[in-house]
Amino acid sequence: MALLEFKNISKFYYGNQVLKNVSLTVHKGEIHGLVGENGAGKSTLMNILFGMPVIHLTGGYEGQIILEGVPVSFRSPAEAMAAGIGMVHQEFMLIPGFNVAENIKLNRENTRANLVSRILGPKLRTIDVRKNRADARRALDRLGMALDETVPVGGLPVGHMQFIEIAREIDKENSKVVVFDEPTAVLTESEAEQFLKAAQKLAAGGMGVLFISHRLDEIIKICDRITVLRDGEVVASLSRSEASVEKLAELMVGRKISRLTVAEKKSGSQKPILELINFSVDMPGERVEDLSLKIYEGEILGIGGLAGHGKIGIANGIMGLCPARGTVLKNGKQLPLGNPMRMLNEGMAFVSEDRRGVGLLTDESIELNIVVAAMQSQNRFLKRPLPFFTLEDRAAIREHALKMIRELDIRCLGPQQTVRSLSGGNQQKVCIARAITLSPDILFVSEPTRGIDIGAKRIVLDLLLKLNREMGVTVVMTSSELAELRAICNRIAIVYKGRLAGILEPTASDLDFGLMMAGEYEQRGAAQA
Amino acid sequence: MKERLTAAMDKIGLPRLIIGLFLIVFCVGAAILKLPMSMLLSDMLVRFGMNAVLVLAMIPAIRAGTGLNFGLPLGVICGLIGAVVAIEYKFSGLTSFLVALGVSIPLAVLTGYLYGLLLNRIKGQEMVVGTYVGFSIVSGMCIFWLLAPFHNPEMVWAYGGTGLRNTITLESSFDKILNNFLAFNIGQVQIPTGLLLFFAFLCLLLWFFSRSKSGMAMHVAGSNPRFAQSCGINVNKMRILGTVLSTVLAAVGILVYNQSYGFLSLYNGPLMMAFPAAAAILIGGASLRRATIGHVIIGTFLFQSVLVVASPLFNVIVEGSFSEIFRGIISNGVILYALTTGREE
Repeated sequence: MALLEFKNISKFYYGNQVLKNVSLTVHKGEIHGLVGENGAGKSTLMNILFGMPVIHLTGGYEGQIILEGVPVSFRSPAEAMAAGIGMVHQEFMLIPGFNVAENIKLNRENTRANLVSRILGPKLRTIDVRKNRADARRALDRLGMALDETVPVGGLPVGHMQFIEIAREIDKENSKVVVFDEPTAVLTESEAEQFLKAAQKLAAGGMGVLFISHRLDEIIKICDRITVLRDGEVVASLSRSEASVEKLAELMVGRKISRLTVAEKKSGSQKPILELINFSVDMPGERVEDLSLKIYEGEILGIGGLAGHGKIGIANGIMGLCPARGTVLKNGKQLPLGNPMRMLNEGMAFVSEDRRGVGLLTDESIELNIVVAAMQSQNRFLKRPLPFFTLEDRAAIREHALKMIRELDIRCLGPQQTVRSLSGGNQQKVCIARAITLSPDILFVSEPTRGIDIGAKRIVLDLLLKLNREMGVTVVMTSSELAELRAICNRIAIVYKGRLAGILEPTASDLDFGLMMAGEYEQRGAAQA
Repeated sequence: MKERLTAAMDKIGLPRLIIGLFLIVFCVGAAILKLPMSMLLSDMLVRFGMNAVLVLAMIPAIRAGTGLNFGLPLGVICGLIGAVVAIEYKFSGLTSFLVALGVSIPLAVLTGYLYGLLLNRIKGQEMVVGTYVGFSIVSGMCIFWLLAPFHNPEMVWAYGGTGLRNTITLESSFDKILNNFLAFNIGQVQIPTGLLLFFAFLCLLLWFFSRSKSGMAMHVAGSNPRFAQSCGINVNKMRILGTVLSTVLAAVGILVYNQSYGFLSLYNGPLMMAFPAAAAILIGGASLRRATIGHVIIGTFLFQSVLVVASPLFNVIVEGSFSEIFRGIISNGVILYALTTGREE
């Protein structure tokens, strides 16, 4: 019997149909993959399952959800959880000061009666710490996590927090279905591996798992069935043996796309345009220590490494967004640190890894987002009606924005649309448009494809390549995805524990990359010699 | 239908809707009681004009990201000092108003700068700290008013001869200088042309500023400080700029207010100045992060009009100063509403 069944679900938002007759079934012990581009309707479907208020406020939905043969319609997430549907969030809902076990058992603690509680009621029962720890231990063991259940959550690596969230879901006795929404987005590759194993264990234990991910290889690896959504419709439902990365990607996007391949390289010059000497950055969680690195003119340099080892900190430190020490030489000239304006004026631009937090003014128009940096640092898009007074030049802004929208193929209703309502890929294009409006000679791009769908990924990478080849911009790309670094970079620097572990050719073997990221390249290399 | 209603509600905003309804009900009540409509209309225009600049002072603070400027009394005190100086040296007419402006604006720039430095140290707490800065400064200035070496007999206490009076008449200086400028009547309704023009002029300046490079930078710094930083904008500097502008507008605002009122209120006069101004802009539809000149105009008009109509109405219906109570309920209620609902934006 089907554990959870969606039957002909349709949903309208303000007259737009965002889901059309979506049906899918999750069986007991099955991992069901759900893939689709951003905006394909995955989140809406989950919102319907959990009875999120946004669904009811916008007129409810059509169709039926059936849980273990019984039609259900949840009015709130709490009801859904009570019925045995769990969700692991992308944002962590953990209390930093509580330890692992306390977080896992939060609000579901095992308790013992005591004298006071017998008189004043069950709210005052004593917490059974030992039993809570045992429960937590059992949940963690099911996930294959060796983590100590008595350490506080605050300060643990992001990956561990994700596992604690999962442990909390599986510790609930009546859990029948667990939904994972992009669970591996914040995990390193090895953690993701471990997570996938854990998900398989859960399914083997009889739970139904609904797994949403952008990483198609993961989906294929662990899912028994895969449903592909495109523009609110189910375009295919495949079993694992029928699916391949190429096929899924094609179904999602609806047009043929090739796997990213190593692009042909332009012969790099040997003139360093930027040189870092003993460079340290104080970025919480991404510290850089005593790093020295040369960036050559006209190249695409990739910066890779595992999360938390400092690769993100480098660009933030150079651009003056995080406190930094050391020497930065541009064309041999030393630049002051901690001064973003100066760096912009020196021809450096930055596309932040934190798109919504740092990269965009989400409530402002596309055009303002594109021009504001150039306006502030280079006095462009301004006119001067009086000698001491500047005004924005609306005509020039509009013209430039339209040009960018056309050249970068930003899908929008017009330059005045707010960027909040754009999809992730288009938001990223707005960020890049803002950076290239500064006409930089060095462009720092951090995690350019994080959280955007596969079609847009390719476009963003092609765009960076085009900037480098046609406009001669030196590109420094920081990314957690090795495949994309290898697709377009001339050299790839790997950072380990805040220091440079080494620089590899994009064609170097997987083994070399793996060893370097794990900080064991030198020892092994020495051993081999 | 229900959806469309809620959508319309969202667009108008709850405070605007409630106060608007009050205004309509009161106007109907006033008509039934046969209160003189032309007088009420004249009053509405005057009260609008005299308060609007103080409300306008909220805009730079909100745009720069420091929220509602509850430190408004700082600027108000600067304005009062300017007025007192103008009277002390026996200027009269337009000159006295210009002298008052000339003295108070530089003072407000300095005060705003210092206040801005303070606000940069307590990010996230601006409104609470601002309220208490306002309160403490008002108390501190009570000593100043008492001890400052002013001698003009119009201003010092009649007996004893030292220390400034509680209320000082502006009859000899700039009483109604703006209100009467080019004033004319439509029927029995008097239009305070100068007052409205002056406000319009300040709105125009602020509008130009918001489209300038600095204005844009200030807005960006206020909406997303980290984004601003990555654009090379000095966020702290922009917050100071917003605070300075707000303080200056408050100083100008109190002079506009006083010339229309005809008196200066020293000592505890400036204590509660910030709250009606904050309430007005919120009624107009502003939030703690977003404010426009349109919000100022709509909000000031609604708020002041309700008070103008309520006062004679209540006097007829109930004994005592019920309209004062009503004013307190509206202004504090609206601020409370904004503070409690404006968080999740």
